[in-house]
Order: sequence, then C-alpha cells, then structure tokens
Amino acid sequence: MKSKNSGQREKGTKLLSIRDLYVEGFSDERWHPIVRGVDLSLKRGEVLGLIGESGAGKSTIGLAAMGYAKPGCRITQGSILFDGIDLLAMAETARRRLRGSRIAYVAQSAAASFNPAHRLLDQTVETVVAHGIASREAANRDAIKLYRRLHLPDPDTIGFRYPHQVSGGQLQRAMTAMAMACRPDLIVFDEPTTALDVTTQVEVLASIRKIVEEFNTAAIYVTHDLAVVAQMADRIMVLRHGRTVEEAETRQMLAAPAEDYTRTLWAVRKLAKPEVPAADHLLTIDNITAAYAGKVKVLQDVSIKVPRGRTVAVVGESGSGKSTLARVITGLLSPVSGSISFAGHRLPRTLKERPKDILRRIQMIYQMPDNALNPRQTVEEVISRPLEFYLGLKGAACDRRVGELMHMIEMDESFLDRLPGELSGGQKQRICIARALAANPELIICDEVTSALDQIVQEEILKLLMRLQQEFGVSYIFITHDIATVRAIADEIVVMHQGKVVEQGLKTEILTPPHAPYTELLLSSVPEMDPDWLTKLLETRERKRVGAAN
Amino acid sequence: MNPVVRMVLQRLGLGLITLFIVTIIIFSAIAMLPGDFAKAMLGQSATPETVAAFQREIGIDRPPVERYFAWVGQIVQGDFGSSFASRTGYRRTVAEIIAPRLYNTMFLAVMTALIAVPLALGLGILAALYRNSWFDRVVNTVTLTTISFPEFFVAYMLAYLIISRDTFIGTEFAQSLPEWLAASINWVLNLVPKFPTLANISDQTPFWEHVWRAALPSITLTLVIVAHMMRMTRAAIINMLASPYIDMARLKGMSPMAIVLRHALPNAWAPIVTVIAFNLAYLIVGVVVVEVVFVYPGIGQLMVDAVKSRDVPVVQACALIFAATYILLNLTADIISIATNPRLLHPR
Repeated sequence: MKSKNSGQREKGTKLLSIRDLYVEGFSDERWHPIVRGVDLSLKRGEVLGLIGESGAGKSTIGLAAMGYAKPGCRITQGSILFDGIDLLAMAETARRRLRGSRIAYVAQSAAASFNPAHRLLDQTVETVVAHGIASREAANRDAIKLYRRLHLPDPDTIGFRYPHQVSGGQLQRAMTAMAMACRPDLIVFDEPTTALDVTTQVEVLASIRKIVEEFNTAAIYVTHDLAVVAQMADRIMVLRHGRTVEEAETRQMLAAPAEDYTRTLWAVRKLAKPEVPAADHLLTIDNITAAYAGKVKVLQDVSIKVPRGRTVAVVGESGSGKSTLARVITGLLSPVSGSISFAGHRLPRTLKERPKDILRRIQMIYQMPDNALNPRQTVEEVISRPLEFYLGLKGAACDRRVGELMHMIEMDESFLDRLPGELSGGQKQRICIARALAANPELIICDEVTSALDQIVQEEILKLLMRLQQEFGVSYIFITHDIATVRAIADEIVVMHQGKVVEQGLKTEILTPPHAPYTELLLSSVPEMDPDWLTKLLETRERKRVGAAN
Repeated sequence: MNPVVRMVLQRLGLGLITLFIVTIIIFSAIAMLPGDFAKAMLGQSATPETVAAFQREIGIDRPPVERYFAWVGQIVQGDFGSSFASRTGYRRTVAEIIAPRLYNTMFLAVMTALIAVPLALGLGILAALYRNSWFDRVVNTVTLTTISFPEFFVAYMLAYLIISRDTFIGTEFAQSLPEWLAASINWVLNLVPKFPTLANISDQTPFWEHVWRAALPSITLTLVIVAHMMRMTRAAIINMLASPYIDMARLKGMSPMAIVLRHALPNAWAPIVTVIAFNLAYLIVGVVVVEVVFVYPGIGQLMVDAVKSRDVPVVQACALIFAATYILLNLTADIISIATNPRLLHPR
C-alpha cells in the first residue's frame, strides 16, 4: 500500500480530482453545509487517509468520490473528475455502471452492510454479474481466490454461508473481497475496522493493505484513528467542520504536524496518570461464575478486588465477559456461584433482594448515552429523579443540588430545560455522569463510556471523571477495550479473555513486560503512531510463528 | 431436529389445541342461542308435547355436556353428524350439505386470491419503487377509496355499471349531454365485458362458466382486499430501504428495481405474508354480504340460513371450518416468515 512496503512502487497518473466540493445535508427543515470547499487529488495506486472527528465530513467526501450523496444530502457545488470523467455531469445510469465496477466501497459495519437474506458468495459476485463483466461461474471462482488471498478461513466454502454465520472480522474481509471483485481503480474504505476489536483489527488491516498493494488499487481511507491511518495511507488529509485543515505525506504529518488542531488529535493518546496503590478494598468479587439462561458460562471463576477511591480498568475483546461482569455486580444477572462483598458486607445476588441504599451506592454509566437517557425527559428531570428516589430531596433542596451537579460536570444551568436530542454526544454523557453522581455513590461502573465519542471529547470526559474521583473519592470500574483509555485513567488493570481473568495488578505491572501471552497479544495489537508499526508487528509475529513451528 | 421442522410441529400442535378450545366456544355460544330447532320448525302454535317429542327425536333434550362430547367424538372420526332437517328414511348429513357450498366458496376465494395477491404485490412493489411519485399517489388514493366503501356498495356499483352498459344511452341523463359525449361514454361502457350480475351456479355449471359467473363477486372482493395488502407491501419494502445494506447495494451500482426485488423484498416477506393470510381468511370467512348481493351459493349464506332455522349441526360445522381456516392460514404465514428468515433457516 505504501511505497516503502512494496519496494518503491510506481505511482501512476492522476485518477481522481475533486475541486471546490460543497455538500449540504437536510435537517431541522433546512440545508446545513457538511463539506465546504474541499480539494482533493489522488493518483493511481495511491492511498489517501481522511481523518477528523465525527461531523468533519470525511465519510461524505468518501461517498462524493463515487458521485454519491446519502439520502437527505446533496452536492451543491464543485467538480469531481474520475479518470477524466465528470461524475457530476453524467447521467445516473452511467454513474451506476461505474459504481461497484470501477469505484467500490467498503462500509464501516460489515454486519449491517451485508444483506442478511443472501449468501456471501452471491453478494460478492453480484456486481461482476450485474455489470456483465464475467459469467457467474467465473466470478465465483475468482471470489474464492480473493477469499484465499484475504486469508479467510475455508475460502472454498465460506461463500456459501449467510452473513450471520461468520464473525465481524471475517465479514469485513469478505466485504473487501466484494469491493475487489471487479478490480476497481479506486476503493473507498469508510472506517472499515472501527467496529472491530484490536486483535481482529490487526488482521483486517494487514489483509486490506496486502490486497490493495497487490492490485495497485488507489484508495481513500476514512477513519478517526490516527494510528490506523498511519499504517494504511501514503498521504493524510486532516478535516474539520467540512474544511481541510492540512494535508501532507504520512511521515511528514506524523513527524511535524503544522496545525494546532492536528496536534490536539495527538494529545489524547498522551494523557496518562500515575497509579496510586490503594489502602483498602471497596468491592471484592470471589470466584464468580455466571451464565445466561443456563447456557454456556460467560464468566468462569472470576475474582477481582476493587480498591476504594481508585480505578480498576477491565480490558478484553468483545465476548470476554466484561459487560456480564458489570451485570453481575449490579445484580441484573445473578451468578451461578461465587460471592461479592461490598464495603465489608456480602451483597445479595439479585436486584430484588438488595436494599435501596445498596442500589444507591453502586451506580452505572453506559456506552450509549442516547439509549441511556429518556428522550422525552429534560436534563432537569433526568438529574432530579435519583435525588428524589434515593435521597428524598424535594423542591428547593432538590433544585439546589441539581445546580451543584451541573456545576460539577462543568455545564451551564441553562441546559436544564433541554431534551437529550438537543445535546451533543459529549454533553449527553456528562448528563449521565451527573445522574450517577446524584445518588452519592461509592462505586461507579463505567461500561465503555467513551468509545462512542470523538477523541477530543473522550479526553474531556476522562479528565472530568478523574477530577470527580479526586474530589469525592468514588471508585470506578472502567470497562473498555481501548488501551489508550486504560493508560489514561487506570490505577489497576484486569485483563479478561473468554470469561476468565488472565492477569490483574497495578497498571505498571501489567503494562511492562513480561506479559501473559494474551495480554501480550492484546497490547501488541494496539496501533501505534509509527507508520512502520504494522509491518514490524507482522514480521515479529511471522518470526515467532516460524520459530514455534521449528 | 431442524429448528424449522420443530417450529412447524410446535405450531401445528398449538393450532390443534386452539381448535379444541374453539369447539368449546362454538358449542357454548350456540347453546346460548334463544329458541331451538324444534320450536323454530313447529312454530308458535305447537303444543309443548309435540315440541318435546320432536326435541327427543333430534336429540337436543339431552344435557349439553353429553351432547358436546358426542359432537366432538364424531368430529374426531371425521363425521360432522346429520342435519336437523333429516327425517326418518331421509338422512341428510352435514357433510353433504356443506360440501358443494364449501367448494363454491373455495372456488371464489382461490379465484380472487389469484387476481388480488399478484396485483397487490405488483402495485406495492411499484409504489415502493416510485414512492412519492404521482403513480404512488394515484394507486394509494384509488385503493384507499375502494376499501373505504362498504363492500355491498362496491358490489352494487359494479352491477350498476354492467347494467348501464346497455341502458345508458337511453337515460335522460345521456340525452341531456352533447351527443358526442354521450356516445363516447357509451363506447367506454361497452368496453366493459358483460359480466353476469347474478352469480347463480349449480354443481352442473362447467368450470369456465363458473369462472365467468363468479367474475363480479371476485372483482368486488379484489377491490376490497387489495388495498390492505398493497399498502403493507409498500410499507414493508420502504422500511427495508433505510437499511445499511440497501445503501451498500446502491454503492455497488445496482439498479433501483434490483434493489427493491433482490435486496429489500426478501427481507420484507414476514409482515407482507401475515397481511395476505389475514385477507385470504377473510375471503372464506367474511364474504356473506357479497354472496347475498350476487346470489352466489357459498358457505356464508348457508350458515346464515342455518342460524335462522337453528340447524345446530350445520352452524357448528361452518364455524369450525371458519376457525380451522384462520388457524391454518396463520400457520402458513408463520411458516413462510420463518422460511424466509435465514437466521432461523440456517442457524450458526
């Protein structure tokens, strides 16, 4: 993909040229600008990374490169020349012939973007057959070859499965195969690994990079993750509010970003707090085993200690049992065996058996503030409910406390009349934090609270949580799959894999080698800013694999 | 066992249980009807002794529980019993009374379904494809209009249309119009085939003659049921069009028609099939009004007559057939919904 990896690959002639692009989106009864005058050019075989926070217009630009605007959006101005053809001037039917065959698309969520009703193979070859490029038999054979090149397991038969029968990482590779089926000149990758675990992400990144390089395909790689784009792109363009902030060769951009905004994108990853060992433990989990509806055990013999006034980060990939652990602690799921003691007392297993005061002392904040807030309740109603329910506050006392809480989460009281729909993602998460704090809890379980947010907003939320811990001595169980967040906030770390605790200890103990094998895999899979990181990692793993085989 | 097979067996079992409960409801409901066959037959002037003797003869003097079990016992053996209209030496079984009527009803239902279901699906798909266009609006308005009128009104209007074909030119209204206009209206009216306005048929009627005579009832029923199915097809498809995989199909360069047929429709079957089943059940269970208007000898009229004369075995058999129709059609809809869902059909 990058010239240095493919032995000074020849960059070809100009393939795509976007000039002065303006795109608008329709919401709240009027048109809002999404992209405001972006220029972009791409040569054959070149990979351009588009990076920026959500709302920067990066996906919209990626789609515009296909001459496409999402329903509810329109391209109002500018020119898009693809291989000398003006995409905006041509008829829709002609554009349709280009899409899929010469310009292909790989979507963020492969699980949602594959049609559940058809087999993978049929979907992979659909474009080839519909555009009349090859017969179905030839296309099927070629698809199987592509599956093999992308290292999909059982390439001969995996195509006969339905989307729900294969894993997310495999689907994302199958989608890359689908995009490759017509051997397009350009592929738009729209956050292809954002929904994946780090361990899976490495494999998918490696597959994508290999195949794009082999076919000398040009690509636009849209992501919000700088470390990822550093591995994939020859050139990076930073976007904000629909405008270009800066554009440079990958190495140059990483070594010396010119703009302040670009530097703030780096900052979050540098956030780190020194760990503080704890004096005593607030919560002790002993040999918990849990299962859903008597089926496979999701947690096996899990024992964890949560120090008072500190943060324990629980890390692991999806399916490792992190969220189930939270459900057991809060009493939503009663464990099959084992016990939990909280502040020296044994916790009843189920929610019903727990007195209100225990419920008050353990609060929870969720990943999706959108789902956790009632869209019909104002901020004031959301925050005063726990005050009334747990503490019996009413009238002026309640209002005063709501004001204090708003002050704690650094939000103005003018927000109190707003509905959740009128707030940004970060503001909504702050309201969720205020709601948890309102109960004066001793323990807050944070379930992936920052993973739906942009990096800059993430940093603000993490700083707020740390400040609140210092002021009120509340303990956190911080469930996350993001190692950067762990570095930023944790005192202790628990590594989980397939329902078991792999390792636990102080942050420095866990993060400095030697690691347990799974921790090693997890930590090494976290992308780093070094543009050679992926290449080196793959080499190291290959050496180890060969070494182990001998 | 394959989960689909298991689910089908499970539903069949549940259907049988439902049917059993329905027998209890039917029996008690009919037992609660005021009057009985004997009184209805002999009239008000009959002496209590004659009534009692007649009640004994047809067996309705026995306690209800005993009669219920006798009835259910017969049904399990496939015997619907004898009509109260039977006399010694002249036994009329319920089966032989119902069979020709049921055949007629099924004939009309199947014929209507063959017209209405493809029509509704086709219109629904086109309306979804050209949503918010003038075509979509016209189809929606027309189907909504036809469903808004009571079915007897639609039936009489159609019959009136057929009659106007011959009589229009002679009406005062036609003579008050300019000659060219009256002539062209007459010409248009004459394009309408001269369907029979009375659908009187017997078991000797040849097949195509039967089709011809059932045309007007069938068109009436089509107008009544098409709107519901068409609108559900349209809504279910449009609902699917918001899915990410539809965006993906657009970005793969698929044509709008291919997107609707290949990508949206296969995922939209479940709600559509449920509505189709509901309307097909209506074709068998709820057509009595249309039967009366066109004098079509279907099972609906038979049941109404039987209720009037308190011919309990016939009423019970009709009610049971209706219940079984509902259960069977809904079962079929469930099975189709499952069979079109790859998550259930092909488990991990």
